Amino acid sequence: MHLHDAPYRIFSIGDAAITLDLGNVIDPALNRKVLAIREQILQQPFTGLLDCRIAYSSVTLVYDPVAVKKAHHPENTVFAFLQQYLEAAYHKAQALPDTATRTVRIPVCYEDGYGVDLEAAAAQLKLSPEKLITLHLSRSYRVYMIGFLPGFAYMGLTHEQLYIPRKAQPVPVKAGSVGITGRQTGIYPLHCPGGWYIIGRTPQPLFDACAEIPVLLQPGDEVQFYRISGKEFESLNRNG
Amino acid sequence: MGRYGYGNWGINPGGVMDPYAARVANMLVGNESTEAVMEIHFPGPQILFEQNALISLTGADFTPTLNDEPLPLWRPIVVRKNTVLHFPRLQWGARCYLAVHGGFNADKWLQSYSTNLKAGAGGHEGRKLEKGDELSFRESSIYFPALLKEGKDYRVLRWKAATGKTYQYPNELFFIRGNEWDQLEEQCRIELLENNFIIHPHSDRMGYRLKGVPLVRNEKTELVSSGVHFGTMQLLPDGQLIVLMADHQTAGGYPRIGHVISAHFPKLAQLRPSDCIHFTLVDIAMAEELLMAMQQELNILQLSCITQLNQQVCQS
Repeated sequence: MHLHDAPYRIFSIGDAAITLDLGNVIDPALNRKVLAIREQILQQPFTGLLDCRIAYSSVTLVYDPVAVKKAHHPENTVFAFLQQYLEAAYHKAQALPDTATRTVRIPVCYEDGYGVDLEAAAAQLKLSPEKLITLHLSRSYRVYMIGFLPGFAYMGLTHEQLYIPRKAQPVPVKAGSVGITGRQTGIYPLHCPGGWYIIGRTPQPLFDACAEIPVLLQPGDEVQFYRISGKEFESLNRNG
Repeated sequence: MGRYGYGNWGINPGGVMDPYAARVANMLVGNESTEAVMEIHFPGPQILFEQNALISLTGADFTPTLNDEPLPLWRPIVVRKNTVLHFPRLQWGARCYLAVHGGFNADKWLQSYSTNLKAGAGGHEGRKLEKGDELSFRESSIYFPALLKEGKDYRVLRWKAATGKTYQYPNELFFIRGNEWDQLEEQCRIELLENNFIIHPHSDRMGYRLKGVPLVRNEKTELVSSGVHFGTMQLLPDGQLIVLMADHQTAGGYPRIGHVISAHFPKLAQLRPSDCIHFTLVDIAMAEELLMAMQQELNILQLSCITQLNQQVCQS
């Protein structure tokens, strides 16, 4: 796909946020374009810009309308001014090369007591637990976005045989739990309620409030899981 | 107010629910309007002042008292040390703000004092305040004995913030169209505008769940997660709405029917479970205009407060 021809829409998310959306799909090329637009915005920010965050195929700017108006004196609304700004950023942004920013290797223990829903997920997918693990390890995953919790990475796409709907009710989930839902996989950085099927657990911390960069993963990263035993998990565990 | 710039790490802004009341609280005591304040929900705490202080209380009316004498809201008040502030009764609203001249010595995390409960960072040890906590505030250059009369526990200073239209028609909320507004069935769009919605007990700083006429979306496609904000009205799969509040997540996958305008966040923040909401559709130009008007009022208030405080301190 020629990225400059990708259709886009710009709309308000209230009177203090604006979104540029490239389409309701999970696609690595669109996600790369969105990251490139974010880079472009951060290189030429405007007075009043408070935050610039991406989702799968969209970028959202949070701004202070009063500060924007004071600094830029838009003829029309602040929204109309930012609409033009986003259009310009879209056209200026060069799609990033087709390689991941970096690859992060993350250990996962799939044993009993770690992958607490492994059996249930395997039964629902009509796979053996071992086959499910093999499929989960069979590819590396792109980090599309961080959201839901500090440092929670939405990754994909999983093998089509791993497609599984979300659980009906969220249940308490331990920090480090590795889950699957839809064709996504993710790691819970903190203890919290969650609706994904938990197939394993990592001893690797995903979030540390005291660190200079408190999150392990960033959008654009490539994640490769590798398997460890329960014994190795216990000697490595820093997730509490 | 709030922690901005870290959405890409999944870190939400948080911050106060009623930004207007919090700003005014700071202005009344001569602080920067974005200084850290204490957000109090009912039932509130009992606070022992171990030092003389210049304070203000704004927002919800929990009938505050100092050593059992009633204190006014929206006024600067000098309090003597060894007195107790108490909030015996809920009269109106949901969030009361306590500001102290000089500001609290709070924990700063990622450039903000706002408490992030999930990350356990910012504010006071990254958690809700508990019985027995001690908070310190920055030293002040005000000479308090000159402001307090012998035998009096407190003194209300003479200036007052008039909240004007901010909280008028408390249940009437303006909103602008969300990206998925057009996906609502036409009849449902009319019903949303004509009916009242009740705030469900399961409502908190993350979001208000509403109970009302079920709304139907004529498109069944699921949405991939995308941007949301404070005030976003999302449609849940059961046809009910949730309005996202200060501790909202950074992205969401439910259809965005509308967004409550910023100028009406103060009213929204002061509503409680079982209160009702009536929504009115406005355009973005109106939303911006009302916000600019509110800001202008705050600018005037800030200048007046500084002038008043300087005069008061010089006179005494």
